[in-house]
Amino acid sequence: MSNRVLTILIPIISVLLGLIVGAIVMSVSGFNPIEGYGALIKGAVGDSFYLGETIRQITPYIFAGLAVAFAFRTGLFNIGVEGQLLVGWTASVWVGLAFDLPKIIHLPMAVLAGALAGALWAFIPGILKARLRVHEVIVTIMMNYIALHFVNYLIRYVISDEQNTTERVPESASLKSPLLETLTDYSTLHYGIFLALAGAIVFWVILEKTTSGFELRSVGLNQHASEYAGMNVNRNIVLSMVISGAFAGLAGAMEGLGTFGYGFIHDSFSGVGFDGIAVALLGGNIAIGVVLAAALFGILKQGALIMPLESGVPTELVEIVIAIIIFFVASSYIIAYLLRRFKKGAN
Amino acid sequence: MDYVIEMLNIRKEFPGIVANDNITLQLKKGEIHALLGENGAGKSTLMNVLFGLYQPEQGEIKVKGKKVHITNPNVANELGIGMVHQHFMLVESFTITENIVLGIEPKKGLTIDMKKAEKEVQAISDRYGLRVDATAKISDISVGMQQRVEILKTLYRGAEMLIFDEPTAVLTPQEINELTQIFRTLIKEGKSIILITHKLKEIIEVCDRVTVIRKGVGIDTVDVEGTTPNELASLMVGREVLFNTKKTPAQPKETVLDIAKLNVKDSRGVMSVKDLDLTVRAGEIVGIAGVDGNGQSELIEAITGLKKSSSGSIKLNGKELSSLKPRKITESGVGHIPQDRHKHGLVLDFSIGDNMLLQTYYQSPYSKRSMLNNREINKQAKKLIAEFDVRTPSEWTEARALSGGNQQKAIIGREVDRNPDVLIAAQPTRGLDVGAIEFIHQRLIDQRDKGKAVLLLSFELDEIINVSDRIAVIYEGSIVAIVDPKETTEQELGLLMAGSKRKEAGEDTHV
Repeated sequence: MSNRVLTILIPIISVLLGLIVGAIVMSVSGFNPIEGYGALIKGAVGDSFYLGETIRQITPYIFAGLAVAFAFRTGLFNIGVEGQLLVGWTASVWVGLAFDLPKIIHLPMAVLAGALAGALWAFIPGILKARLRVHEVIVTIMMNYIALHFVNYLIRYVISDEQNTTERVPESASLKSPLLETLTDYSTLHYGIFLALAGAIVFWVILEKTTSGFELRSVGLNQHASEYAGMNVNRNIVLSMVISGAFAGLAGAMEGLGTFGYGFIHDSFSGVGFDGIAVALLGGNIAIGVVLAAALFGILKQGALIMPLESGVPTELVEIVIAIIIFFVASSYIIAYLLRRFKKGAN
Repeated sequence: MDYVIEMLNIRKEFPGIVANDNITLQLKKGEIHALLGENGAGKSTLMNVLFGLYQPEQGEIKVKGKKVHITNPNVANELGIGMVHQHFMLVESFTITENIVLGIEPKKGLTIDMKKAEKEVQAISDRYGLRVDATAKISDISVGMQQRVEILKTLYRGAEMLIFDEPTAVLTPQEINELTQIFRTLIKEGKSIILITHKLKEIIEVCDRVTVIRKGVGIDTVDVEGTTPNELASLMVGREVLFNTKKTPAQPKETVLDIAKLNVKDSRGVMSVKDLDLTVRAGEIVGIAGVDGNGQSELIEAITGLKKSSSGSIKLNGKELSSLKPRKITESGVGHIPQDRHKHGLVLDFSIGDNMLLQTYYQSPYSKRSMLNNREINKQAKKLIAEFDVRTPSEWTEARALSGGNQQKAIIGREVDRNPDVLIAAQPTRGLDVGAIEFIHQRLIDQRDKGKAVLLLSFELDEIINVSDRIAVIYEGSIVAIVDPKETTEQELGLLMAGSKRKEAGEDTHV
C-alpha cells in the first residue's frame, strides 16, 4: 500500500474508530448511541442557525490548524499558538477601538494588527531557537502563560478602564455580517470564514509555489542538506515561526473582530490554540486537510452543545471521541499495520 | 555432502517486486562462502530470511540436514546462526563485557555476575584470538575492535554459522588483514561463515566458494579457486566491467585550489586540520588518502564553508574563500559531492527532481519574482535524469525511494552540471556497486578532461590509486606525503597513512 493512500486512509479510519468507541462508551453508560449522534448531527448542521454557528466555530480552527501545520512542515513544533492567538485577538480589538477610520482601511488594519502581534509573539521563540538553540517547545509553552497574563493586564488597565471586558469594536473594524446573520437565522456567523479559506490558499501557495517555501520545507526536512545547499537555516527558522504566529494571530483576530467583537479577561486559555495541534495532526499538515479537520472539529464541538438537551448524552462525550481520534492518528502505525495484515489476509 | 545451512529455492516477494526468486545457497561445514551481488540484488533480503526477519513465500531452509522454520531471530540464534551487522548494534556507554552478555547475563541472585561474565568473555576472546579489553567502554575503542565485539557477541550465544554483512566497509587495510586472520581462526575452530560483500578482491583472498545473485535471481555458485575477479564481476553485473578505469595522462595547468597553512577545529574543539598545505591544478585529480578521522571531513567542510577555519587560507583562482558563506562558495565555482549523501547531499523527503535543483532553485529560470517555475524545474530535472542515467520512475519520486547508486548519480548530476572549477568528491562511491562505481569514476575523469580540478577523498585505496593523478596522504591533519599513483603500492600508502615517514629522507612533503 502506497504512502499516499495511507496518509488519506489513516485519518478517515481514525475518525470512524473514534466514533465507534464513542458509541460503545455511550452504550455502556446507558445511552442510545444512535440518538446521541443524531442529536450531535442535528446540533451541528440540523438547521441554518446551527449550521451558521458551526461554520463560525470552524473559522478559528482553520487558522489555528494552519499555524501549527506551517511550523510543523518547516520542522518546528509551535505549541504557542494559544498565546499567539490571545495577543492577536487583543491587538486586533485594540486597533479596532483606537482608530476611527473608514471600514476599507480600518478593518484590514485591525486584522493585520492581529497577524502582526501573533507573528511578533512567535518571533521570540524563533530567534531564541535560531541564535541560542533553545528548544521552541519550551519557549512557546512559557510564552502562552506570559501572553495570557499580559493580555489580561492590557485589557483591564490599558484598553478598558479597569473593566473585565473592552468596549465593542466599532462597525468599521468589525467582521460581523448582517447578511450572513440573516441568512443563518441570526447566528453569530461572520465574514471570517472567507478569510480562513483564503488563509488556507495562502498557506498552500507559500509552501508549494514560492522560492521561500522551498527553502522553508527544505530546512524543515533536513537542516544539514539545506546548509550545504547554501540556505540560511537560522533565517528560515525565524521566518517559519513568524508566519506560523501570523496565522495564529489571525485566529485571534477572528474571535476579537468577529465572533465576540470585543476582548475580555481570560481566566484560562481559550483552548482553540491547543485544538489547532490536533487539527493539524488530523489534517496531515496540508492546507486542504487542515480545512477538513477543522470542519470536523467545528461540527463535533458545536454539535456537542446540543447533545445533552436532545439525548441526555453529556457534552464531554465529544471530548472522548476527539481524544480517541487523535490517539489513532498519533499512533497511525497501528492502523497501517492492521491495514497491511488485512490486505495480506484477503489475498 | 555435509551442509550446515541449506536455503533451497527461496522466493520472497514484496508488493510489486520479487526480491528473491528461486535462490539456492548451501553452506558447507568449515567453509567461507561469499554471497556476491550488486546493491539491491537481494543479498540482504536472503539473509534476513535466514535470520528469521522475513518469511519466504516458497522454498525451504535446512540446518544440518533438518528442515526448520525460522520465525524470528531468536530461533535463528538457537539454531546457531549469528549475524555481524554492517552497522554495529552496540550500547556506546556500556563496557565490552556488558554488551556481549546483554540479554543473557549470568546472574548471581538479583544482580549480574560481572566477574563470571568477564571471565567467560575473556575465555572466548582468547580461544578465537579476538583481542579485546573486556572492561573497556565501546565509546573508547576503535571500529575494528567494535567489530570484534560483535563477533564475540554471536560466539557467546553459541553461534556456529556466522553471517558477516559487508564487514570490511568500515575498516582500514591493516584492520582488514586482521579480520582475515580472524576468519581463518574461526574456521579452524569449526565454524562456518557466510560473507556478504561486493568486493571481489576479498572473495578471491579469503573465500572458498561464492554464490552470485543478480536482480533477485541466483546466477551461479562457483569455486573461488580457478575464477578471476573479471569473471565474478561479469557474473554479478551481467556484462563486461572495466576495472582499471581508462584515462589518458593528466595535463595539469594553472593552480585552481590553493590551500595554505590551514587550521580547522573539529566539533569538540580539537584542532584536527593542522597547518595543511595542498594545491589542486586545473586538469588533474588529486586524491586524499588517509585513515578515517585524520581531518579529512574537517578539511572538506572548511573548503565548502560548512565549518569555519581557525586560520590559514583557501584560495580558488586567487580569490579567498575562507570567510565566505556556503552559497557564495558554491557560486564561486566549487562543486561538492558530500561524504554523507543522506545527511548533506539530499533532502530525502523531497522529490528527486527538487533535489537536483537544490543548488540552483533560486536562480533564473527556476525562480522568478520569488515564485518557483515548476515547468523549468521539471525540465532541468528530466534533462539531468536522462544525462546521468538516474533510474527513477519519474522526477516526482521521493529521493528516499531510490537506490544509493541512483541517489549518488543525481547528486553528481547536480554538481557536475553547474560546471564548477573545482569538484570536491568525498567518498563518491561508498556503498555502491561495480556498475555505478565505473560510471562515477568516468564522470570524475570527464570533468578533469574538461580542464577542471577534482579533489577526491576516499578510504578505498583502489579507488585513490586508480582515479587520482596525484595522491596526497593525510595524517593527523597534515599532508605528510605527495605520491605518484603509478609509482606507489597499497602497502606504501598504508604505511604512510599510519604515520610512518617516507624512506627518502629530507623529501619536501609540502607542495
